[in-house]
Amino acid sequence: MPSATHPFYAVLCYTIALFSVPGLGVAKENATSSDLKTEIKEYIGHHLQDAYDFSLFSYTNASGEHVYIGFPLPVILWDNGLKVFSSSQFLHGESVAQVGTNYYAIDHGKIYKTNAEGVIEYDEEHHALNEAPLDFSITKGVASMLLIAGLMFWLFRKLGQSYVANGGVPAGIGRFFEPIVLYIRDDIARPNIGEKKYGKYMSFLLTVFFFIWFLNLLGLTPLGVNVTGNIAITFGLALLTFLITNLTGTKDYWLHIFDPLGGSMKWYAKVPLYIILIPIEVLGIFIKPFSLLIRLYANMQAGHIVLMSLIGLMFIFKSWLGSPLSFGLAFAISLIELLVALLQAYIFTMLSALYFGFAAEEHEHH
Amino acid sequence: MEKLISEFSFGLFFWQLLIFVGLLFLLRKYAWKPILTAVDERETSIKEALASAEAARLEMESLQSDNQRILKEARAEKESLLKEAKATRNEIITAAKEEAKTEAQKIMTQAQESIQNEKRAAINELKNQVSTLAMDIAEKVLQKELENKDKQLNYVNQLLKETELK
Repeated sequence: MPSATHPFYAVLCYTIALFSVPGLGVAKENATSSDLKTEIKEYIGHHLQDAYDFSLFSYTNASGEHVYIGFPLPVILWDNGLKVFSSSQFLHGESVAQVGTNYYAIDHGKIYKTNAEGVIEYDEEHHALNEAPLDFSITKGVASMLLIAGLMFWLFRKLGQSYVANGGVPAGIGRFFEPIVLYIRDDIARPNIGEKKYGKYMSFLLTVFFFIWFLNLLGLTPLGVNVTGNIAITFGLALLTFLITNLTGTKDYWLHIFDPLGGSMKWYAKVPLYIILIPIEVLGIFIKPFSLLIRLYANMQAGHIVLMSLIGLMFIFKSWLGSPLSFGLAFAISLIELLVALLQAYIFTMLSALYFGFAAEEHEHH
Repeated sequence: MEKLISEFSFGLFFWQLLIFVGLLFLLRKYAWKPILTAVDERETSIKEALASAEAARLEMESLQSDNQRILKEARAEKESLLKEAKATRNEIITAAKEEAKTEAQKIMTQAQESIQNEKRAAINELKNQVSTLAMDIAEKVLQKELENKDKQLNYVNQLLKETELK
């Protein structure tokens, strides 16, 4: 650790070491350093993916067996008929699940149909060749979303009711959430969409903001869920923004795309320009929500990778100097991630509102 | 990109859309609408309250200026009334004085007249009494004098002598 030679860092490390929980940096693995690195890498990769069971943590007992603490979730497959079974049958990917006469196994986080031994065949690029059934399982991510959806419904319904019960004044936790709702209305929806039309987009903006924020925060808990860092989730959210933008698009919105220069030029002057301009504008329709989905995905994914790598570093250093330092760094990054959780929710909502504003425009501005 | 596509889970996407859209509609009905309506109502009521407070303030101001005007008018009226009263009082006093003077003069004249009358009467009486007294005395003197005839005759003669006929 070259930076540890600096006196300031040395002092910092001692300070952190004094206050950090004893034993945090102590790893019980007997593996060599390179094995540990691979294991950590695999663990992070595993964490970033969705899972079929809700495992809280796992450890290796004295006899060398992996013991998992958590609970299984239902697996729902469509394979010539609905197949529902508990994910505990997979034994955390180590076993083959049998449903009737069909056998299923997990490979790289996906369920494949296999024979009774669970053999999965690969092509030369290491892609599984087995048939993959349609998978509608309640995975860890789905369970987390259900949890957050339930929490949001309970929370905001209570807030809504407290207005009625309390004469237009929020009570309890609503006092914390009302300013945020008002901020989204007054500083995101109104200026971007306009006074006349903002109302019909409010439900989506509020839901998407709190949904992303809460899921981001859940991702920072030790439950180890990574929902907003999953491409399927951000794709779904961006798809909704895309659909709402284009389905509520006014005449002016479409005119702006297919006739961006308007009446400022004669039609024969516009034709050569439009050969370039119109494809760009049409591409823009798709690029806007695509940037939304990649931004959210990449930010949350990166945050989780950095955080978990720093935590993994503690086990690699295994020293009084390095491990507390990476603990301190992980702690600092956690604080930044708290901000990022809010910031990404804000950016997604803000940009969605901006795109809705384009769709809702009704005045000529060329 | 290939990693992204291979990571993409259709099941997760399906559930995400279902949960999110479901949540969106549920929250719209049970949360966002009541919240936004309540907030809007509260804002309108605050705006109305502020506007009515402003109107009340303006009314107060106009009332106050009215009051001031009325007060001023009242003061002016009071002053004019006072002035008038003072004038009237002076007038009355002067009139009374005049009257008193004339009355006094009248009384004085009357008194003087009656005094004169009394005086005259008294003088007359005195004259009468004096004359009576004189007559009595003269009678008595005469009686006494006339007792002595000779003397009287002498005196008359003397008088006659003294008196020259012209």
